Amino acid sequence: MSEPIVWLTIFVLSVFVGIEVIAKVSSTLHTPLMSGANAIHGVILLGAIIVTGTSDHWFAVTIGLLAVVLAAINMVGGFVVTDRMLQMFSVKRPAARPASRPDEGAGER
Amino acid sequence: MTPTWVQLAYLACAVCFILALKGLAGPRTARSGNLLGAAAAVVACVIPFLYLELDHVPLILVAIAVGTAIGAVGARRVQMTQMPQMVALFNGVGGGAAALVALLELEHMVGVTDTLGVDPYNWFVYAATAFTIVVGAVSFAGSAVTFAKLQDLMSSRPVVFRGLPVAFAAALLAAVVWSVLTVTSAALWIGVVLAVLGLAIGVLLVLPVGGADVPIVISLLNAFTGLTVAAGGYVLGNTVLLVAGTLVGAAGTFLTLLMARAMGRSVANILFGALKGGSTLGAGEASDRPVRSAGPEDVAILLGYAAKVIIVPGYGLAVAQAQHTLRELVEVLGARGTAVDYAIHPVAGRMPGHMNVLLAEAQVPYEQLKEMDDINGEFKQTDVVLVVGANDVVNPAAKTTPAAPIYGMPILDADEARQIVFLKRSMRPGFAGIENELLFDPKTTLLFGDAKDSLGKLLAAVKAL
Repeated sequence: MSEPIVWLTIFVLSVFVGIEVIAKVSSTLHTPLMSGANAIHGVILLGAIIVTGTSDHWFAVTIGLLAVVLAAINMVGGFVVTDRMLQMFSVKRPAARPASRPDEGAGER
Repeated sequence: MTPTWVQLAYLACAVCFILALKGLAGPRTARSGNLLGAAAAVVACVIPFLYLELDHVPLILVAIAVGTAIGAVGARRVQMTQMPQMVALFNGVGGGAAALVALLELEHMVGVTDTLGVDPYNWFVYAATAFTIVVGAVSFAGSAVTFAKLQDLMSSRPVVFRGLPVAFAAALLAAVVWSVLTVTSAALWIGVVLAVLGLAIGVLLVLPVGGADVPIVISLLNAFTGLTVAAGGYVLGNTVLLVAGTLVGAAGTFLTLLMARAMGRSVANILFGALKGGSTLGAGEASDRPVRSAGPEDVAILLGYAAKVIIVPGYGLAVAQAQHTLRELVEVLGARGTAVDYAIHPVAGRMPGHMNVLLAEAQVPYEQLKEMDDINGEFKQTDVVLVVGANDVVNPAAKTTPAAPIYGMPILDADEARQIVFLKRSMRPGFAGIENELLFDPKTTLLFGDAKDSLGKLLAAVKAL
């Protein structure tokens, strides 16, 4: 484990990025945004793969595999479900997409 | 030591996650943002196979395949109306996975000493591990309860019993004490006890939360899972987990505050409001007070000769799959010269923005959908407001009754219109579990029945005018 201060720095900066990045989001997109953020934390799959691959006791491996399954459900399901929701906003009617609205109308709630 | 190229690859993935989240915050870029996030996640998960000598690779690949199949099939099959509980479910399993990863990592750490016989981990690593286990378990159990509430497996009303606040505080205190124990003497069984305490906290946290507030709690638990993933990243020494988890934790917390503000509530009030007891519990029973109901023909006359009609769609509409019939009715009214708009409350449906998704699925033209702030001034000049399967979003109690659980939530001013028509299945209260005074207003007419059925009859009657 390297310098805790380095990690703390990355953490604090990421907090600001996280807030800054979604600072002005329209309520229309709250549900897909929540779902998309949900899918991103599914990257815990990476951690699950590593701990499982470095365990040797059968019990630990079993727990690890369970973690892999759960994390994969979170990640894959999250991205697919978000994409399905976002598809709703763009099918067949390019002119009627929320994107065609000026910002003041769509936002602020 | 992690090779440099791996660290750089992780950095690239972390940047992609930031861009993905940024993309998701705007309608034009949302879809590509989501795809970018998915691509980065896949790349990040392939990397360990390339540089680490992992054991059990075939088993891991099978587990990934199983999880992928469950996730993809679940996500494809789910109805748009059930989206909120699906998001809760995915979030919960993510939190569970993070807790399990931390448990295993704790097990790896036990008894490890460096060449001088000293424990190489500092107390902060143990603290982060304990945090991941507890909060991951909270997220898992809490999400399971929100899922049960939204899926009608249990009552969506606040569940409060005597001693719940004490039990909650005790579990929280025990978890803190136990975490300190983990820091001083790591052992797997201590981690397991921590996980159990986390599960208890999760259940006790969500039980007292009532119907309409559940989505906000899902968002909060989503942020929790993000933070556990971040802490897990610290424990594993993995930057991409740290950045991705922190991003989701921060963005999720902020989103929770935004959603709470859209409902005019504080997060503390949402979580602990019901514990104060009394009136916030709401009514679960149907009222027997007199109301004015009418048949489809009477309502058709009201609508057919109105100059201006506003439609307030709600979750009941979506559940009945009546969007298409409604759209047809609006077209017929439009052809008769009636001006018709849809008024969309920010929290109509089960989550903020949920109704937009549902109506977009039914191909309702986007230009006809008006947001609350844009349309609220128009109700005074409106002849008829047609409320289809909505209740709480037009409930004047939000303005007039300080004791109501929805008090302070901005609502659609349907009560200002000349006539109000409710299409309802029964007199049962809405999602928030409170009676709507507007139903008993002399200006209000009720048309009982399934939304699809009622709208079909209404459509036929308007055509026959």
